[in-house]
Amino acid sequence: MNEESRSRELVVTEVGPRALVVDRGRPGWAHIGVPPAGALDGPAHALAQRLVGNPPEAAGLEILLGGLALRASTATTVALTGPPGGLVVRTAARERVAASHQPVHVHAGDVLVVPAPTSGLRGYLAVGGGVAVDPVLGSRSADTLSGLGPAPLEVGTRLPLGPSSSTPPVGTGAIGVSAAPDAVVIRLHLGPRAEWVDDAAGRLRTGTWTVGSTSDRVGVRLEGPALERAEAFRGVELRSEGLVGGAVQVPPDGQPVVFLADHPTTGGYPVVGVVDPAELPAFAQLRPGSSVRFVPLGG
Amino acid sequence: MDVRPVGPEALLVDLDGLAAVDAVGAALREALGRGELPGVVDVVPAARTVLVTAPGAPDALAAVRALLEGVDTSAPRGDRDAGSVELPVHYDGEDLELVARDAGCSVDEVVDLHTGATLTVAFGGFAPGFAYLAGLPEALQQPRLDTPRPRIPSGSVGVAGEFGGVYPRTSPGGWRLLGRLTDDAPTLFDPDRDPPALLVPGTTVRFRDAGRR
Repeated sequence: MNEESRSRELVVTEVGPRALVVDRGRPGWAHIGVPPAGALDGPAHALAQRLVGNPPEAAGLEILLGGLALRASTATTVALTGPPGGLVVRTAARERVAASHQPVHVHAGDVLVVPAPTSGLRGYLAVGGGVAVDPVLGSRSADTLSGLGPAPLEVGTRLPLGPSSSTPPVGTGAIGVSAAPDAVVIRLHLGPRAEWVDDAAGRLRTGTWTVGSTSDRVGVRLEGPALERAEAFRGVELRSEGLVGGAVQVPPDGQPVVFLADHPTTGGYPVVGVVDPAELPAFAQLRPGSSVRFVPLGG
Repeated sequence: MDVRPVGPEALLVDLDGLAAVDAVGAALREALGRGELPGVVDVVPAARTVLVTAPGAPDALAAVRALLEGVDTSAPRGDRDAGSVELPVHYDGEDLELVARDAGCSVDEVVDLHTGATLTVAFGGFAPGFAYLAGLPEALQQPRLDTPRPRIPSGSVGVAGEFGGVYPRTSPGGWRLLGRLTDDAPTLFDPDRDPPALLVPGTTVRFRDAGRR
């Protein structure tokens, strides 16, 4: 059998805590209740696609805490980004470790293993040609809230690949990679409902929160000093209103939630502030127990 | 009308009622359709607000603010060709008797009230294809359950506050349930259809009693 007659695919042989197909998501459908979805660490996903010569809209994999192994049916180029760490390539004869953040060539029959990162949470694997599952509403992303898009990967899942690109990989020079931090200071734009929280700016500036263990792709749940309702808004119910990614919502217990890509499109608790879009990807990599402080801006 | 920033790439328009939400939502959707708001990605009407997002294009929000200044929120709903839908229902919901008790009438009268109303889709949200239906008779405007149910079967027809709705897929929820769509009812959400949601803002909805299952 020659190379052309084989189907171009990856077959999952091991899975860790969770691995999903992701791309840039399906924005523009919030008015009918469809979450944006898409890679949580957008810059890491985009870099991986660029490293293998894929267009920016190509789909890849978001791998939570490693543990994923895939057999390639075809020779292709892959790249792993996100927190620093190696990619293991097993061939019939030997096993080698390839660095992350650079293109890695694999042969038909090779098995790629993504180990757990030593810092951060999520790695992004791009494959030449992109993961070519059928798009739903213009996106190949899995959506853990609504169930749209492909199911989480399981042992035996076959991932079809698109035609490989003739574009040479871009950015193959050395890329500085630093460990994902376990403490962050985040710029937070106050509003739209900051007045519902007692001294929102003061409490957000002085408090330190910890990333809770029930955090997921819907939101990072923060634990720490309660953000209490301002006197005038106690016992008042907010009618549900539209939400954006990065919105910091304050439920009745005062423990804030930072909404991520699989967030519901509307919510009924006040949003005290919105994480600066440039800093939102950091939440993709914060392990439970990491600390979060805020710099509140404007109103 | 009060316009509030939602971070640097979105804004929230605070309004005083569904009619104003409808006017602002329609004006924004029409401008989007004419290509006048480049960079705007989402327009999300809700009960008293409209959210407008422009991810990666914060400058687009200036055009949105300018457009909002010209919207007459007191103007009556325009006639929009959003169509009408009839949904057949088996009225055997778990909360039918609770709703009848709180409405001060019989179960049959609850069914008559619900099938006699012409509802209008005010906005969507919560889950793909879920629509908030305005125009419920006052007696059926009842609070949510104190404890939401962890699993409501798809097609369940319910009421909560000023709205009626139908669960497009199995999900948790706290609405009071009157019944369930028949198996041959139209599909509420199909990502392969254009538009994917059956019930879009402005669509009029009537429920029909399809008898027992």
